[in-house]
Amino acid sequence: MRPAFSVIFLTTLIGAGQGLFIALYVAELGAALGAWSMPPRLYFALGCVLSLSLLGAGLAASFFHLGRPERAWRSAAMWRNSWLSREVIALPAFMAAVAAFGLTHYVRGAGDLSLALGAAGLLLALLLFICTGMIYACIQFLQEWHTPLTVINYTLFGCASGFLLGTAWAAAQAPVLVAASALWTAAFTLAALVTRLASLARNARLKPKSTLQTAIGVKHPRIAQKSEGFMGGSFNTREFFHARSFAWLRAVKWGFLLLVFPLPLVLLAAGAALVSWPVLATAFALQYLGLLAERWFFFAQAKHPQNLYYQAIS
Amino acid sequence: MSKQLALVIDLNVCVGCHACVTSCKEWNTSGEAGFLSDDNPYARDPTGTFFNRVQTFEVGEFPNTQTVHFPKSCLHCEDPPCVPVCPTGASYKRAEDGIVLVDYDKCIGCKYCAWACPYGAREIDEHQKVMKKCTLCVDRIYDELLPPADRQPACVMACPTSARLFGDVHDPESAVSKVIRDSGGYALMPEWGTHPANHYLPRRKTEITLHRDELERVDNPLKIDGKLPKPDVRSPSLDDSTTW
Repeated sequence: MRPAFSVIFLTTLIGAGQGLFIALYVAELGAALGAWSMPPRLYFALGCVLSLSLLGAGLAASFFHLGRPERAWRSAAMWRNSWLSREVIALPAFMAAVAAFGLTHYVRGAGDLSLALGAAGLLLALLLFICTGMIYACIQFLQEWHTPLTVINYTLFGCASGFLLGTAWAAAQAPVLVAASALWTAAFTLAALVTRLASLARNARLKPKSTLQTAIGVKHPRIAQKSEGFMGGSFNTREFFHARSFAWLRAVKWGFLLLVFPLPLVLLAAGAALVSWPVLATAFALQYLGLLAERWFFFAQAKHPQNLYYQAIS
Repeated sequence: MSKQLALVIDLNVCVGCHACVTSCKEWNTSGEAGFLSDDNPYARDPTGTFFNRVQTFEVGEFPNTQTVHFPKSCLHCEDPPCVPVCPTGASYKRAEDGIVLVDYDKCIGCKYCAWACPYGAREIDEHQKVMKKCTLCVDRIYDELLPPADRQPACVMACPTSARLFGDVHDPESAVSKVIRDSGGYALMPEWGTHPANHYLPRRKTEITLHRDELERVDNPLKIDGKLPKPDVRSPSLDDSTTW
């Protein structure tokens, strides 16, 4: 598949926004349970603004994917069967919950209401992760995507980057949280490493179910395309091919494996030890770059069966 | 059972002339639904939106090869994977005749349906920014102003070798159902459970099987063919004894 940058930005930005919100909610929940002292109001309120700006940027990026953005409101219609439609509903609902959570903290401070709103937000964040992942995982013939690992990876990557940003935010606003937040971040990052390696291993061993034989229904081991029906390009030759070399793909893979996991973890340890928000923010920026590469690779690695029909121009 | 209109394409007869492609483009770019965009049609890198493509494959190894011309358009699947993914409901399958259609006024151009079609049957219109695909000429086949013989998809009308048949594959007595049964009609990529309504008829080897008794006269009871004496050159021939 040709990676669509609008979708790459959408999924990585809202993932970080969701993760940051969950980090804020965990901070309040932990304080309510007595694990640490309650962080200040502005930590929550401005943290929600930060999360909302990530979510809003992701939402804005998604519009660039549409040919007819002025009709985007229509996309909430088919929530009964379309995961994309469900995502379109879940994202604004989650943003509303984040806004309500932040506003409650700003106006009334932590309390039962903010805890209840946070619980609703947590639920919506998880639903949104499922919707986003299932958009890709539900297409059965994109075998690289058609696995529960897709949803798990989207969730864990979102949580890891969000908690990393949350740790940087805590270092700036509520240093008491830094140690615990860094532990959560490390746990999510390592979990994401395990599941991403699992999906890489799985995809490396995939055997395509569709072949040229099933594509045109001729039972012969040797079939070669001689013409795809036109000499110029078409939507089919542009949308489904990443047009990059194998070496480029491998470089991107090693690039994201380096940028998403070991480098941010080292900076996380240093930043947590020094309680330095610039170090932690750098860790987040590096990991976000890595996540862009990870999402690019996720798209590029998927081999669409329609490509069987477009193997030779003439 | 409800109707399911579909095409049956006979790969044994298709000569790869692209008449169905051009006829389809001509009809569907001139209709009420608006044109099918082209870019640089007479310049470098021409590109455009088509509902139908004819591709060519070589099967086998030289010198034992077969050239297979393979027309490809939307297969109007009985269980179309492109329909349930559409977030707006623009992509739908008609209950009354099984045609899979796109409502161009509802489509937001998100391309998710094209991702969800394993056959690559959908192409986005780069100017109108909506997804387009074969409609089985839904604006022709029900047009009562046309003579009944013309109420067929433009590609079917255009095919010079009658490689394209059109009809209801749910009616067991229809010509298309019969030919699917009798000539081994098959569906593409059956592994995904999409149950395409369009079927393809396989290549068939045209061979004459001659049996021994067909080479010998059966009304020659004495089995003395060839042993009869040749007539004398001076004896009257057929020309001498008849007037015609």
